Amino acid sequence: MPVWTLFGLTRPVASTRWPGEGGDDGQAGVQGMPRYHADKCDNGCRECVAACLPGALTRKAGDEARLNMDYGRCIACQMCVEVCPTGAMETSRDWAFAVRDREDLKWQEALQTPPAQALKARVEGAFRNSLYIRHVDAGSCNGCESELQALNNPFYNLHRLGIFFTPSPRFADVLLVTGSGTYAMRDVLQATYEAMPEPKWVMAMGTCAVSGGIAAGGYSSGHGLEGVLPVDVWLPGCPPNPAAIIHALLMLLGRAPQRVRGGRCE
Amino acid sequence: MMRNTEERRLTVAELLPACEELLARGGRMSMAWGWFPGSTAREVCYLAAPGPRRPFILWRCGVTHETLPSLAARAPALSWHEREISDLCGIPFSGHPKGHPLILHAGAEPVMPPLNPAYPREVGMPFTRRRAHAPEVAGSDIQELPFGPVRADVMESAQFLFFYLGEHILHYLPRLFFKHRGMEKRFAGLSAELGVVLAERVSGVGSVAHALAYCQAVEAACRCEVPPRARWLRVLMAELERLYNHLHYFGHLADTTTLKVGQAEGKLLEERVKQIHAVTGSRFLRNLLVPGGLRCDIHPCAELAAELGRLQKDVNAYLKQLAHTGSYLDRLITTGVLDREMALAQGATGPVARASGLDEDVRRDHAYAAYADMDVRVPLRTAGDANARAEVRAEEIEVSFALMLRLLARLPAGEVRAACQPAASAEGLGWSESPRGALFYAVHFDEQGKLARVKIRSPSFSNWRVFQYTVRDSNMMDYAINEASFGLTIAGCDR
Repeated sequence: MPVWTLFGLTRPVASTRWPGEGGDDGQAGVQGMPRYHADKCDNGCRECVAACLPGALTRKAGDEARLNMDYGRCIACQMCVEVCPTGAMETSRDWAFAVRDREDLKWQEALQTPPAQALKARVEGAFRNSLYIRHVDAGSCNGCESELQALNNPFYNLHRLGIFFTPSPRFADVLLVTGSGTYAMRDVLQATYEAMPEPKWVMAMGTCAVSGGIAAGGYSSGHGLEGVLPVDVWLPGCPPNPAAIIHALLMLLGRAPQRVRGGRCE
Repeated sequence: MMRNTEERRLTVAELLPACEELLARGGRMSMAWGWFPGSTAREVCYLAAPGPRRPFILWRCGVTHETLPSLAARAPALSWHEREISDLCGIPFSGHPKGHPLILHAGAEPVMPPLNPAYPREVGMPFTRRRAHAPEVAGSDIQELPFGPVRADVMESAQFLFFYLGEHILHYLPRLFFKHRGMEKRFAGLSAELGVVLAERVSGVGSVAHALAYCQAVEAACRCEVPPRARWLRVLMAELERLYNHLHYFGHLADTTTLKVGQAEGKLLEERVKQIHAVTGSRFLRNLLVPGGLRCDIHPCAELAAELGRLQKDVNAYLKQLAHTGSYLDRLITTGVLDREMALAQGATGPVARASGLDEDVRRDHAYAAYADMDVRVPLRTAGDANARAEVRAEEIEVSFALMLRLLARLPAGEVRAACQPAASAEGLGWSESPRGALFYAVHFDEQGKLARVKIRSPSFSNWRVFQYTVRDSNMMDYAINEASFGLTIAGCDR
């Protein structure tokens, strides 16, 4: 195949250096989760709650004026931003939303002191520079798969970070789950998890895997991984972009800091 | 009265003769769906396509009898539709060639048909997996391979059952619907405006096509006139979506033919298109379409045209290189042949159908958005093999570039959104040519103007049915290439 070799050699280096210094994350213009400004939310209307399809925005019990915002349910559809009459919801570029504790996806009035890095499972040194992922689609819309497949394109070039996908759960360190967990995928998902050797970690990728998202519940769909598998990293997004996935994986490996606490992105 | 169709009411006895007459005149059955218009009433709707450029005909048949006569023996394209109606609406069809469930896996026991409005909204189906239906196969040395639902690499979940002898595949059966999320039911009770958020998430890589078909169905029901600028921008979005999907397709096809540089280049070009999309805020072009037009204006400046021009040069060089690679062509030519008769009878659509000589494309034949103002050239091949399917897509990329560049040069100014209020019990049909073929949305509103029933016919649903016939009697080595050459999604099919 000398022609293709030449074809490849004549092309410039396509890979980004991100998250290395000066690298391009490739997400210019990509909208993230909307920011909630509680101080601007004062007239007690229900516009955003009615416009929130997955139920990320709900009313706070006993407090007419205040809202609960759960980013674990948010699909970044920007409907709340459009309907809010007071500008309390604002479009942002906050897409690096991976957290270790599901509670960190819920907006909190006042930030508690950050926990002293009490990690549910610390990724040991041996795995830090070489990680194998087994992906399972438990009922997604294929948006998440499209972005996962993008990780291996020459721009993101996931291999350069020592992270690989593996066909066999026997070789996998991380189970990366997309989709809400439909009735027909639940036993399959469990079997895949059980086939993995210890130590093993689980990442819930995409709002569907975190909470069920737009497909939550009903006669055949699930509510995400909560109570199904022990999750180490939660990454909401619809779908999370490839840079957000890379950030989440590096966070799991202890090579990147968590950016979100109490529903706020640093 | 479903807008965008010519409607006829048929009795149960009239169904079969109507179907035979349609087929005798060269028409096709596009889809069928069931729903519950009242508390106890049940109705089955059939969409007939009498021929290219002729309006769609809707047959409505109230279900008063215990069963309906199956039309699947005459119109095989309806086979999966009838089984879906049995599974989800509890309406049995008599004389169906294959009676077992399609959507619901063996062991799922819904308390009542899931699409019945009385089905408790948040109650999951009890499910204990039972052995799935499989054909009886006897003979020595025949091996059975259930492959999936968790497959190598990053793939959507589905299981494929192979019966093979050495390299030779004797029988093949795709087991789909592991990912059935009950999306159609989730539309029920939503406002027309929120429904689009759901439609965008039926199949992620078809976000625009799904949202567009949905919006057009709602707009038809509401008799809403979409402003010209919005109609033109919708074409731009639809063609951008086609572009990245087709580039992904070539990257994947190069992968299955072990052309590593070809794979990398295809995926890189796809990434470049997705990064262009991001100027609208979403790599999947979500959050823009809405019944009535667009949620906000986009300003595709001169920069976009320049960027597309540069991309076109690289895409052309890439496709030319592929078309001159002997090892790649060797694996595609004569692989997975779908002949015209089979394509027609089993309901193939999109590039798959056009590669088998069926000259149809709803952008041209049933023009929507601004396609009526544009000259859409429809590429055609007759070989019906993997190479023909790839060639059709390569030419479609050319057509897409031409459409986008012409459109950007004369984009009209003005509003992008019109009011769109559904009347009580309004109904409409919408369609779009997704990168994978014709996609239909049928929308029924209730008396409060909320969605009562939304039926989605995705092109992958049609093409998965067709695909199995090209696998039987082929060999294992070619399977991955053949599957890649169809370019199917599973989320769209399973819903």
